[in-house]
Amino acid sequence: MAAALDLDVVTAAEQTRRGRYRQRVMVCQSISCLAAGAQATRTAIEQATDEEGLGHDVQVVPTGCMGLCSRGPLAQVVPRGGAPTLYGDVTAEAGRQLVASLPRRAPPPPAAVTDRVLDPDMPFFACQRRFVLANAGRIDPERIEDYVAEGGYRAMQTALQSMAPDDVIEAIAASGLRGRGGAGYPTAKKWRLLAAAGGEHKYVVANGDEGDPGAFMDRTVMEDDPHRVLEGIALAAYATGADRAFLYVRAEFARAVERLDAAIRAARRHRLLGRRVLGSDFSLDVSVRIGAGAFVCGEETALMASVEGGRGTPRLRPPYPTEQGLWGAPTVINNVETLANVPGIIGRGPEAFAAIGTSASNGTKVFALAGSLVNTGLIEVPMGITLRQIVEDVGGGIAGGRAFKAAQTGGPSGGCIPAELLDTPMDYERLQALGSIMGSGGLIVMDDSVTMPEVARYFMEFCRDESCGKCVPCRAGTVQLVGLLDRICTGAGTTRDLAQLESLGQTVRETSLCGLGQTAPNPLFSTLEHFRGEYLDLLVDGDTAGGEDG
Amino acid sequence: MARPRAQPDAAVTIDGAPVRVFSGESLLAAANRAGIPIPTLCAVQGLSVWGGCRVCVVEVAGDHTLRPACATTAVDGMEVTTGSDRLVEHRRQIVELLFAEGNHVCAVCVSNGACELQDLAVDLGVDHIRFAYQHPDRGVDLSHPRYGLDHNRCILCSRCVRTCAEIEGANVWAIAARGAGSRLVAELDEPWGESTSCTSCGKCVAVCPTGALFDKGTGVGEMRHDRDVIGFLAAAREQGEWHDREQQP
Ligand SMILES: Cc1cc2nc3c(=O)[nH]c(=O)nc-3n(C[C@H](O)[C@H](O)[C@H](O)COP(=O)(O)O)c2cc1C
Ligand code: SF4
Ligand code: SF4
Ligand code: SF4
Ligand code: FES
Ligand code: FES
Repeated sequence: MAAALDLDVVTAAEQTRRGRYRQRVMVCQSISCLAAGAQATRTAIEQATDEEGLGHDVQVVPTGCMGLCSRGPLAQVVPRGGAPTLYGDVTAEAGRQLVASLPRRAPPPPAAVTDRVLDPDMPFFACQRRFVLANAGRIDPERIEDYVAEGGYRAMQTALQSMAPDDVIEAIAASGLRGRGGAGYPTAKKWRLLAAAGGEHKYVVANGDEGDPGAFMDRTVMEDDPHRVLEGIALAAYATGADRAFLYVRAEFARAVERLDAAIRAARRHRLLGRRVLGSDFSLDVSVRIGAGAFVCGEETALMASVEGGRGTPRLRPPYPTEQGLWGAPTVINNVETLANVPGIIGRGPEAFAAIGTSASNGTKVFALAGSLVNTGLIEVPMGITLRQIVEDVGGGIAGGRAFKAAQTGGPSGGCIPAELLDTPMDYERLQALGSIMGSGGLIVMDDSVTMPEVARYFMEFCRDESCGKCVPCRAGTVQLVGLLDRICTGAGTTRDLAQLESLGQTVRETSLCGLGQTAPNPLFSTLEHFRGEYLDLLVDGDTAGGEDG
Repeated sequence: MARPRAQPDAAVTIDGAPVRVFSGESLLAAANRAGIPIPTLCAVQGLSVWGGCRVCVVEVAGDHTLRPACATTAVDGMEVTTGSDRLVEHRRQIVELLFAEGNHVCAVCVSNGACELQDLAVDLGVDHIRFAYQHPDRGVDLSHPRYGLDHNRCILCSRCVRTCAEIEGANVWAIAARGAGSRLVAELDEPWGESTSCTSCGKCVAVCPTGALFDKGTGVGEMRHDRDVIGFLAAAREQGEWHDREQQP
């Protein structure tokens, strides 16, 4: 068996390796950029580097998401000891020209290259605070050495060498970390329950199901920085006394599965996972479980049924997973982003984390910013940032000269925030008070061309299609709610339909078994609360609104 | 669930009445013992808890969410309300959703007059359905020699699934697909009659709350009159001869 890895040696070797190159060209190879042709860009840049004979001088590094996906493909040139330059819309041709401008005595770069330079001080970047995504765009996710060179696995080493499991939990408690999977449950509290539970085996599960339409935060973290997730899992297991861990990832995220698998193998090889981690008494067996891609399998009890090989249907809680989880053993389930926060908290100290955000919601939140904005992409902002800052500064305002109408957070379980509430700070409590939720980080900004009843219908259709069918209000109720919304959206609805929509929505919300059904009416109620007029305008008997029953 | 001990060791209040409970007992069991009715569709004593029909929801003081009585363990000091207006309205809507979801034409159902869904509708005063009927065509499985399954009347309560697995030990049934497309399947989605594990014990038929599972020959329309038999008998007597008749189909 190989000797335990000496993290300092790896870091030094990696720095020497990097030091040999005069320039490093980081090429984004993440989801959105790939869709914009980043594969061709990378190939062109690599070929040009060879053709120009720059192989010894310029290092081409495939990296994760740099954030400003709407300007993809993105690439960044980092000169040795100098300030990096970021380029947007780097087509294959532009990539070739970029490389041609790299040699020492090359002529100044053509306009085709300089025009593509992105201002590092633009609000999109300036408003962000990178904690979870600290490595995205800076490392090659397929090389464990890259992660280690950026300080990776140090937090785990510190914990194993100088912290008792309880100390780790206390540090997480001091940081104020709350679950990023949607509900914001204090992570330390959950871990304490598992630590206190008895039994021969205990499990940690990383929830990487991420089924919300439009969301790709967890997927990006898993693909672009897989070792950070593994280190977070290892710290969770160490703190709680778990000896086995699963990463539950939907099958659609094939690249995340591949990378996590490879990362697990690499970490095991270096004894960063597996038996007697880093020579300590701590052992952890980690493996990836692939889900078939049902939204409900993100719900923790359905997820466990699926991991066990059963049909992914939720069951009643209590018992909670920390009492009876996988195969009856105590289990803690955390969201991928939650776990990816942990190495930073232990590594940099809980104060560094607690200093970011608001009093009740600490740290940062990663959002998949989408919709009618000038800038869209993957952003990480401090909690408590106002929605206005996200829309106007980070997002660069509404595209195409239209006006802001509403932002949807929390996807199909969330709600919308209208223009009057743009100054709402984004934290768990305040979003909930508005009838929305933080959710796992989907953030869709809509302009005034969107009709809100149709937004409600879209999300209701999603819930109808994703309902597992176990309980009646969700299975049959969402069918009827979609039907009623259909009637209203197509102009055939009556005042009575609207009343029925509200009363059935209430029944579905209050009587459904799991979170899917319980929150399915949220987009409906929140659009009704803020945009009731739009519903009334669509009714055939709209004039009598508020009057007699149609 | 823990086995109840010999002596009740806790007390709850159900609709204002104090009820002694055994530790580990469900609110439903406690209410039943005290003679307080709580409607159910998926719960059956002796089977595992499913918690899917949701008609047994009750209010527990201090909880902001409703609780299914069949799946909630009675805890000392709980104050439970079983029949508030809000609960009754939720139950009505759930029952109406079930009627709208399947094809429940009671007048021509084998279970007419002996159906728990129908009884519950009557109890709740459901005399019309406010939701759009879905009129599904989910098929009828008559491949079993003794029993039939009309999917259009199935409310997916999983009683048959649990009965077959937990009582008969044959594990014939499962629920497949999801959402509104959920369906009861025999074995790996085969015609029931081709199931090699079914012992034809009839327990699933006995436990089904609706007319979805039934004994063959009892269904409306299954009655066959043989009006020619009289003429045949008369002719046989008059002619003193007995020719074998062709069998009625
Ligand atoms: C229908 C439904 C879908 C969910 N999907 C996810 C998901 O994709 N990812 C996730 O982390 N949590 C999801 N959750 C929340 C999980 O059940 C669980 O609360 C969470 O993973 C806990 O992690 P945390 O404490 O770190 O937030 C979902 C919940 C429901 C009800
Ligand atoms: S609420 Fe919906 S998804 Fe959840 S158990 Fe009920 S039917 Fe299944
Ligand atoms: S009749 Fe067949 S399917 Fe029904 S409970 Fe008995 S063995 Fe199971
Ligand atoms: S066949 Fe009867 S017992 Fe089985 S799930 Fe359907 S309604 Fe319930
Ligand atoms: S995918 Fe390249 S910047 Fe986001
Ligand atoms: S009887 Fe309790 S949920 Fe069905």
